[in-house]
Amino acid sequence: MFYREAGDFKTSYVADGQTFPIRFDRMRYYAVLAVAFGVIPFFITDYWANAILLPFLIYGIAAIGLNILVGYCGQVSLGTGGFMAVGAYGCYKLMTAFPEVSMIVHVLLSGGITAAVCVLFGLPSLRIKGFYLAVATLAAQFFLVWLFNRVPWFYNYSASGQISAPERHVMGVVITGPNAPAWATYLFCLLFLTGCALVARNLTRGTVGRSWMAIRDMDIAAEIIGVNPMKAKMTAFAVSGFFIGIAGALFFSVYLGAVEVGEAFGIQKSFLVLFMVIIGGLGSIFGSFAGAAFLVLLPVILKVVGVDVLGWPTDIVAHFQLVVVGALIVFFLIVEPHGLAQMWRVTKEKLRLWPFPH
Amino acid sequence: MSEQLVFAMEVTLNGLMAGVLYALVALGFVLIYKASGIFNYAQGVMALFAAMTLVGIMNGQVPFAHLINAIFGGHITHFGWNLPGFAAICLTVGVMVLLAWLVQVLVMRHLVGQEPIILFMATIGLAYFLEGVADLMWGSELKTLDVGLPQGINLWIDETTFQIFDYGFFIDNLDLVATVIAVLLVAGLVIFSQYTKQGRAMRAVADDHQAALSVGISLNFIWVLVWSLAGFVALVAGIVWGTKSGVQFSLSLIALKALPVLMLGGFTSIPGAIVGGLIIGVGEKLFEFLIGPMVGGATENWFAYVLALLFLVFRPQGLFGEKIIERV
Repeated sequence: MFYREAGDFKTSYVADGQTFPIRFDRMRYYAVLAVAFGVIPFFITDYWANAILLPFLIYGIAAIGLNILVGYCGQVSLGTGGFMAVGAYGCYKLMTAFPEVSMIVHVLLSGGITAAVCVLFGLPSLRIKGFYLAVATLAAQFFLVWLFNRVPWFYNYSASGQISAPERHVMGVVITGPNAPAWATYLFCLLFLTGCALVARNLTRGTVGRSWMAIRDMDIAAEIIGVNPMKAKMTAFAVSGFFIGIAGALFFSVYLGAVEVGEAFGIQKSFLVLFMVIIGGLGSIFGSFAGAAFLVLLPVILKVVGVDVLGWPTDIVAHFQLVVVGALIVFFLIVEPHGLAQMWRVTKEKLRLWPFPH
Repeated sequence: MSEQLVFAMEVTLNGLMAGVLYALVALGFVLIYKASGIFNYAQGVMALFAAMTLVGIMNGQVPFAHLINAIFGGHITHFGWNLPGFAAICLTVGVMVLLAWLVQVLVMRHLVGQEPIILFMATIGLAYFLEGVADLMWGSELKTLDVGLPQGINLWIDETTFQIFDYGFFIDNLDLVATVIAVLLVAGLVIFSQYTKQGRAMRAVADDHQAALSVGISLNFIWVLVWSLAGFVALVAGIVWGTKSGVQFSLSLIALKALPVLMLGGFTSIPGAIVGGLIIGVGEKLFEFLIGPMVGGATENWFAYVLALLFLVFRPQGLFGEKIIERV
């Protein structure tokens, strides 16, 4: 009823190969983009930007990155926090060393640095698999956080050991630092999220993405039919690292402004992003968005309901949050291991037949 | 004898003691992994939960007191009794068995046949859940746990070593007791799994689920049993670590300490857990002592992981693990 592909004929290869082949999907995609770029910046307030929109956009990028590694290539990683820290510190070093270069270049470069580090820590994946690998990536998490804590060069020998983002501009508009307007930071992050999502979407439906999925589904069989496991795994680590690095750079420079590495990029962050990917849906770009939105909104909603409506003390609400998140993870794994994305797919199927399901 | 060497010997001894504690935690992981193929990330939080429950029962705290007060008003905190350590431990064992049963009925039974990595993530969710419940039940403040284990410097070792090396070693009594407990526990577990009916059934399940089912072993019962055993090991680890450094959130992080131990020793081997624990304990203390000052210290956070990682590249199944055979 609402959702049809009937009558949607393709007459050229170009039309058949577009990113969203179904007209309804395409229109919805343009509508979302139009609202995100054209409407929200005019109404955004500091509270909305800092409490919901910026974390959503940034975690969205990180979740897409991790989803490429875990959901598409099947290599479970618990090092996301450490890799985000690489992006953040890379961005900080670049920002302070080259103040006149545009922030866009800095963020992209710190993504590149993270990709290199990620490939380095991904090398053991050629030998070890499954949760041996998951635990091995914890080595990256602990080592990187320790490195940024202990080597003063990374935080420019500042007395507190923290890094804080100096004020930087993009085309005359302040992007980082306390004076940045909400709409500018929002648009800056949105730009990167849109870019990352487009790249990820197109990578995953092309040759590279297919080789990732072949490795995920059964690596030995994939190797036998001619997929190069080393190339597939390393590209997955590189692309994933690139996105996670961008997320880390934005998280530090645009969102938080000042960062203490153990607190901002600890192991909790790795788990948080992993949960986003699981709850959203492994192997789905839309799922990454859904998972990020869900886990960004959940604490806000719980806080509003618990503290403001019921009047409970904040520590009880914080504990409740742990209980709810834990229960949800288990619930999702039992009921719907493919996450919110799969629920959306099922709804779509139902809508297609509605109101005559037989 | 040079001073450095004597220091190094003391560090090694302390490393061995720390390694025993790591092995104690790692044991709980191995038990569950062998019997059900589940890598139980929640083991550390179970230790925290057990220790908090023990303290709560000993002090006669009312569970969920804070929450009840927040909802209904009122100021309930304590029942007003103090239980002796032994009785409280027995009650806590009961709670851990109940927890094992709940986990089996509510979670693991629904996930039978899923991929190991899905099960692993489910236990991460379980860890979050348990942590929240433990905080809600007993409050999240730092508690002291005292069930009568001796603490403080061992004077006999101090004096003996002073006579030999002219320098007294600092060895904590608690570490010595923990070593004894760990040895007893391992011996007990080995005897249980080798010589009792239930232990044999447990090993049969570990070998082959279907074959075990076909000779009339109840999988459900065995899994509850295994989770209860893991809960018991968690309680022991919780008591030792809780006495050492207080009962608080960081107790659950011992799970993260046990992971590299397992990777090194192999997930399926009880001797592996012990040897791995000792290697990691000595290795990280010596590394911190010799290399640490040169690179800024606090290397204990990551040394174990990097060691295990390098080791795995050459031997993917760990020291004593079963050889991984892959078929298409």
